[in-house]
Amino acid sequence: MTTALVVAAVLAVLAVGVVAAPFLRDPDGRNDVLERRDVLDERRLELSEERDRALLALRELEFDHRTGKISDDDYRMLVGDYRRRAAAAMRALEPTTRRRQAVDVQR
Amino acid sequence: MPDVGRAALLVTLGLSLYATVAGAWAARTRRRRLADSAGNALLAALGTSAVAAAVLLVALLRHDFSFTYVADHTSTRLPTGYTISAFWGGQEGSLLLWLLVLAAYASAAVFVNRRRAPDLAAWSVPVLGAVMTFFALLLVAVASPFTTQAAPAEGAGLNPSLQNPYMLAHPPLLYLGYVGLTIPFAFAIGALLAKRTDERWIVATRRWTLVAWTALGIGQLLGSHWAYVEVGWGGFYAWDPVENAALMPWLAATAFLHSVMIQEKRGMLRIWNVLLVILAFGLSLFGTFLTRSGVVNSIHSFTESSIGPWFLGFICVVVAFSLALVFVRLPLLRSKTRLESLVSREAAFLYNNLLLVAFCLTILWGVAFPMLSELVRGESRTLGQPYYNFFLRAFGLPLLLLMGLGPLIAWRRASVRALSRTFAWPAGVALATGLVLLAAGAGSSPPGLIAYTFSTFVLASIALEFVRGARASGSVLQLVGRNRRRYGGYIVHAAIVLIAIGVAGSAYDSVAEGRLRPGETLTAGPWTAVYRSLDQERAANALELRARVDLYHDRELAGTIYPGKNRYFAEAQTSNEMAIHTDWLRAEDVDVITDQINTDGSVYFRVIVKPLVNLIWVAGVIFLFGSLVAMWPDAREQRRLAARYAPASA
Repeated sequence: MTTALVVAAVLAVLAVGVVAAPFLRDPDGRNDVLERRDVLDERRLELSEERDRALLALRELEFDHRTGKISDDDYRMLVGDYRRRAAAAMRALEPTTRRRQAVDVQR
Repeated sequence: MPDVGRAALLVTLGLSLYATVAGAWAARTRRRRLADSAGNALLAALGTSAVAAAVLLVALLRHDFSFTYVADHTSTRLPTGYTISAFWGGQEGSLLLWLLVLAAYASAAVFVNRRRAPDLAAWSVPVLGAVMTFFALLLVAVASPFTTQAAPAEGAGLNPSLQNPYMLAHPPLLYLGYVGLTIPFAFAIGALLAKRTDERWIVATRRWTLVAWTALGIGQLLGSHWAYVEVGWGGFYAWDPVENAALMPWLAATAFLHSVMIQEKRGMLRIWNVLLVILAFGLSLFGTFLTRSGVVNSIHSFTESSIGPWFLGFICVVVAFSLALVFVRLPLLRSKTRLESLVSREAAFLYNNLLLVAFCLTILWGVAFPMLSELVRGESRTLGQPYYNFFLRAFGLPLLLLMGLGPLIAWRRASVRALSRTFAWPAGVALATGLVLLAAGAGSSPPGLIAYTFSTFVLASIALEFVRGARASGSVLQLVGRNRRRYGGYIVHAAIVLIAIGVAGSAYDSVAEGRLRPGETLTAGPWTAVYRSLDQERAANALELRARVDLYHDRELAGTIYPGKNRYFAEAQTSNEMAIHTDWLRAEDVDVITDQINTDGSVYFRVIVKPLVNLIWVAGVIFLFGSLVAMWPDAREQRRLAARYAPASA
């Protein structure tokens, strides 16, 4: 029983140590805020996803065309749209990134 | 010793509660240190639950019968391997395994994503903590593996059906699958709570989902093989409620793995994906409930207990909370893109999803029906094999066909000309195979013939994909290396086709049965079994009775096999030990089962010739290989995702 109590106490102390570690490492709590994403970041993320989606679709389209799964007509019809989407997302991303950098400098 | 185990579980409960409460508070108030602390509580809970597991394992290995659990599930005669497997052979041990595996998954997933997606990880911690709290609470208050008693001289032993090498791997793999589905659920709910409905929760959990799905798939295949070689009835799947309990979350997770690609590539089906994750997790809880509550009659539910209402209550809370949250977040989940054509890859995926979910729900209805009928009418009525087989054909055959059609159709839309050109070769091969099989007599089972024809179509389309892709990329290795998820998926499809072929083979089984005296014969198809003699041998834990049977194929001796029965001493139970002769050349098994051994030396035998059944087990290896290819990290993709999700101020 005594051994069990000692083991239990050791376990509890170790557990408390692990749980308290973030506070012990950083007792002052400077910058104690979870990463915050504002409207600009959300927009940037949305555009990045849109760009990646278009680029991935382009890559697959090229591949499917090369393997003969997509006819030339279908390819021509789809490739322009994907390129436009990717370019639009990339164009929109540039000012978002610049604005983000400006906000960070001001901070 | 038991006090150490109890204390470890109590500390685990405290840590899980802390992770839930502090984690939710930290995520809400955006406190970084508190969020990290809550995440650390999951890690600490892994340590304490590992201590509890170690205590139980040591007690099992020492045959410490002062532990009620050890006395109830082992005996001194039980071989060491099965003594270890007794850990998950009973309810309390298997709940402890659930908790341990969940703690391992949770701490790993949170630590991997803590820096990549801090707000998402912060909101996932309380969800994971809440699930862990439930299991820790069960183990502390309802079903403790550390209850003690005055030690009896000998234990009750382990259920003979569980004394099989497959039981060393089958249950842990199923648990890896069931529990692993908590991770996508926690991150999906975390994303909804954080109001982050972008793709990060999918990226964060893609591999975890694949790991869980693969483990569940392999676990089921091992379970089927166990049923085939150990239970001794000559089949591999009986639509048993507990077998279905593992199949349902696997089907839901399969639907999710497909539909998630549509969200990644086209930004569609966001609500559907969240619902699928909730369904898969809910069904994994339901599966554990079915196995452990004793509410259904099954050869697999080895326990009857009081945990049923707890599980049912928890499932209701989880489902109600999740659906309410989805409803509240609906405006954030609506996608901007719409389906452009009903003949496109995404449409094929959608049909696949509808069929998978419909199949899953019909199985759920079949499993729940006895419970509901008892509740409503006061009498338990079961839906038998014909019900399940009907829906297997109704949904399974179109699914099989879609597996071949889907990869050949382009995203967004496909013209009829392109389709006819792409389909021509696989369709031609399939049609030719179907005609040859029809001529060979396979028409005796129309569903079997259709299954084989569709299977040929899928295999031909996969082969076509590989050949065309390799031509375009330079080599197969380059092709697969650059498109791991796609071609890993095709390999998995090939494995599923082999399983379909093996299952369809059951329609062509030949069966013969009868009571034989030594020297007499039984014929099934081209196989003849000659009963020679009956012998017995005393093993460590059982008396082994074995009939010596010579097997002839067209009058030529093919081998000698030894079916029989084991009479276990400690457990006072008898098991059927079926003997299997595998003929790889003819791709069939001959199963010989001794249904009854009489005192006069005569034996009632059943001989079953099962064509193509072995493809199911071969498929398991291919399935695992394909899954590993699909989940293997792709450096280019990792770089792209790292750039996309770089910290906000970067």
